[in-house]
Amino acid sequence: MAKRIDVSGLTAYYGSHKAIEDISMTVEPRSVTAFIGPSGCGKSTFLRTLNRMHEVTSGGRVEGKVLLDDEDLYGQGIDPVSVRREVGMVFQRPNPFPTMSIFDNVAAGLRLNGSYKKSELSDVVEKSLKGANLWNEVKDRLNKPGSGLSGGQQQRLCIARAIAVEPKVLLMDEPCSALDPISTLAIEDLIGELKERFTIVIVTHNMQQAARVSDRTAFFNLAAVGQPGKLIEIDETERIFSNPSVQATEDYISGRFG
Amino acid sequence: MSTAIAEKRPSTLRGASLPKWAPYAIAAGSVALGLGISAAAGLNSSIQWALMAGVLFVLGTYVIAARVEGRRQAKDRVATALVWVAFLLAVVPLVSLVWSTVSRGVKVLDFYFLTHSMGLISDSEPGGGIYHAILGSLEQVALATLIAAPIGVLTAIYLVEYGRGNLAKAVTFFVDVMTGIPSIVAGLFILSIMLMFDMQPFGFAGSLALAILMMPVVVRSTEEMLKLVPNELREASLALGIPKWRTILKVVLPTSIGGITTGIMLAIARIAGETAPVLLLVWGNSIINANPFEGAQQSLPLYIYQQYANSAGAGAAYDRAWAASLTLIAFVMILNLVARGIARWKAPKTGR
Amino acid sequence: MDTTQITDAPPPAPHIPAPEQKRAARGATRPGDRIFLGLSRGSGILLLVIMAAIAGFLTYRASIAISKDEADFFTTFEWNTQLIPPKFGIAVLVFGTIVSSIIAMVIAVPIAVAIALFLTHYAPRRLSGPISYVIDLLAAVPSIVYGLWGALILVPHMNGLYGWLNDYLGWTGIFSWQGGAPRSMLTVGILLAIMILPIITNVSREVFRQVPQMHEEAALALGATRWEVIRMAVIPFGRSGVISASMLGLGRALGETMAVATVLSPTFDIQASLLDPGGGTFAQNIASKFGEASELGRDALIASGLVLFVITLLVNGAARMIIARRKEYSGANA
Repeated sequence: MAKRIDVSGLTAYYGSHKAIEDISMTVEPRSVTAFIGPSGCGKSTFLRTLNRMHEVTSGGRVEGKVLLDDEDLYGQGIDPVSVRREVGMVFQRPNPFPTMSIFDNVAAGLRLNGSYKKSELSDVVEKSLKGANLWNEVKDRLNKPGSGLSGGQQQRLCIARAIAVEPKVLLMDEPCSALDPISTLAIEDLIGELKERFTIVIVTHNMQQAARVSDRTAFFNLAAVGQPGKLIEIDETERIFSNPSVQATEDYISGRFG
Repeated sequence: MSTAIAEKRPSTLRGASLPKWAPYAIAAGSVALGLGISAAAGLNSSIQWALMAGVLFVLGTYVIAARVEGRRQAKDRVATALVWVAFLLAVVPLVSLVWSTVSRGVKVLDFYFLTHSMGLISDSEPGGGIYHAILGSLEQVALATLIAAPIGVLTAIYLVEYGRGNLAKAVTFFVDVMTGIPSIVAGLFILSIMLMFDMQPFGFAGSLALAILMMPVVVRSTEEMLKLVPNELREASLALGIPKWRTILKVVLPTSIGGITTGIMLAIARIAGETAPVLLLVWGNSIINANPFEGAQQSLPLYIYQQYANSAGAGAAYDRAWAASLTLIAFVMILNLVARGIARWKAPKTGR
Repeated sequence: MDTTQITDAPPPAPHIPAPEQKRAARGATRPGDRIFLGLSRGSGILLLVIMAAIAGFLTYRASIAISKDEADFFTTFEWNTQLIPPKFGIAVLVFGTIVSSIIAMVIAVPIAVAIALFLTHYAPRRLSGPISYVIDLLAAVPSIVYGLWGALILVPHMNGLYGWLNDYLGWTGIFSWQGGAPRSMLTVGILLAIMILPIITNVSREVFRQVPQMHEEAALALGATRWEVIRMAVIPFGRSGVISASMLGLGRALGETMAVATVLSPTFDIQASLLDPGGGTFAQNIASKFGEASELGRDALIASGLVLFVITLLVNGAARMIIARRKEYSGANA
């Protein structure tokens, strides 16, 4: 199910401003890759290029290649809508649809494509909510609005919504930055379980989190404010945190800047 | 090797898609077809061929997109097509309105027209002007503003700065209710008072009805503006030992004065075009009456109506009606533009 | 029981009644403060008094008229205040007002919502700014100008459409046409639709603009097309706003006087067809009949105005209730 991502020579712009420059990396299927780096280094922008969400912002455009199992996401005739079905995304702030119930939130993606029987739909919803470790907390109030849940529950609801459509890759943009420590822990546990089925890429500001959840870690940095962000290095998480090959990485991790 | 494998597996990302120029082509085709059918069937109404082209465009988009791209994409394209068609459909009458007012209005609109009344000229003859109507309108609107603006602003101050409890809730609710009063009902209200005291129509009666229509608008816009004043400002002033009323007068109002002025001007623009209450209360007059407190007066919107309705189709009267419309629109638009200009110029600096 | 209450509560200041004390706590002890509070509160009260006076005076004059009415005021199909005894009723006006407003809403709401979506989600940014501005200005065009345009420009253009409707849909009865001037309910409805379009568009546009980016991104990330994003995230979020916008427009359509008075050729009966001239609305009837009305005639018109007043109150109240009921789902707290 999970797919490999191969990025080569990727540069992204906001209008005329170059946000990230010449990034190449490989993300293995069924693994967790963490992006770390100081604010403004372009890690979120890079993440959004992986499912073509970057071009949604006005003036956003991309050069280079992103291969999803040998198929270029930016190739001729590729439909960005289909790309986003294959590459799901969880955002920084939990964003369940405020007008939909918990059930409808999870079913939202499924309902887009084709018609499902009510029973099929509830099967998938149950499976996804279980997959997001949320089922036990919400099974009695599936018809209540999703915005009534706590922040951590909302974020897990968003994860359930994302995995309900069975994407190949799951992108997470600082999924815990708006949550309290206990909810954060719940999400981190969940990430550990989800990597059995999905390729996961997570952007985080929290280095302990990167160390806890990821298999590989990529460090991004920028030369100066206004300069494009660049990939400094990517390696096994253990190595990045113990013995990085670039001095800047070590400085950042040991808290000397950023 | 690997490419061979990739080719065998059907791509899930790739969908057949229409070329970029397709919507334009479909649009051009539908317009041509719409015109063609109209010409062939001998239809001469522009509404008909435009409607036909619109329908053809939407249908064509759906059929072609559904064939090539699939149902979901087709729906998306139809939505896009519908939105564009709706926009164009709506633009046509609005453009026509502006165009006909301007092009027909300039025919008799000159200095003479603006500085003379109708005097003894009957509605079917050419000549005459709108001086009496402009004068009446200005007096009635000015008096209405003198009444409504202070009451409206003070009410808004009460609601924002003091208002708690049931009285404030009631006032808020009834301001909403008042916003929805049809202008003719406001006219009937003043009329019922006038009937009570057996009064004849006069300009100020119209001002009273216009003031009723103006008050809720002023309250609403002033309220919005006062709410934008940050609480820190009030607290800073109060902490200096300045009494609340001076805080409001010296700190809160000056900060929001631009927005309040804008709101009042927009309200003036709204009531300046009201016809119905003026028709009931001011009655209309073809000669100059500069006294708003006695005798029937004229007003611009009422003049337009009477030139249209009382002239039995005389071209001269229609020309005057268009010219008066153009004057009225110009007045309203200038008020609007100036008001927006003030809003932009005096906008509280947000630090951005 | 009593004693415990007294000991528990802080003892009230002996001479000042409760509200006075509250005001003192807010610092309104200085003369300046007292005068200013008095003025602003007085204005608020004045507003309430005006509203009460409107209801009171209209009801009083209406009761005079209705007491002299020999026919049933609500069900009679004639308006003869000069007769002895006078007979008049509002049935025709209720019908005409509702029909013309419904036509206006049916045409205007979908188009206005579509234009609002066009401006917020479809139009190129360079276009949408100026267009929004122009629509803002169009909302300020006085209704009498719409009326003049409707009577002199729109009416002659309706002939083709009327012929068409008669040819293809004439069999329904609603769209049959005997060839009279197209000064009928349908034209009135279309003109009202054009008039209320800018208002509904403006309010809806503001509502759609406020849809949080994150809800739209959530839909996009699920693989939704632009239309599906609008259906999933934009329209549900904006629904109550669109409803209140529509109610604003409806309120204006119900009470619109001049545009109807200029376009309609009124008769005091109900036409089965929307295309044949005839019928009337409350506001139009008041404007057209007022000139020749006797004192009883004016009271009768005031009575019909009172009904219009009540109808607009009900519409506004309904709008407010719909909005309040949807608050749970508004997402304002998300």
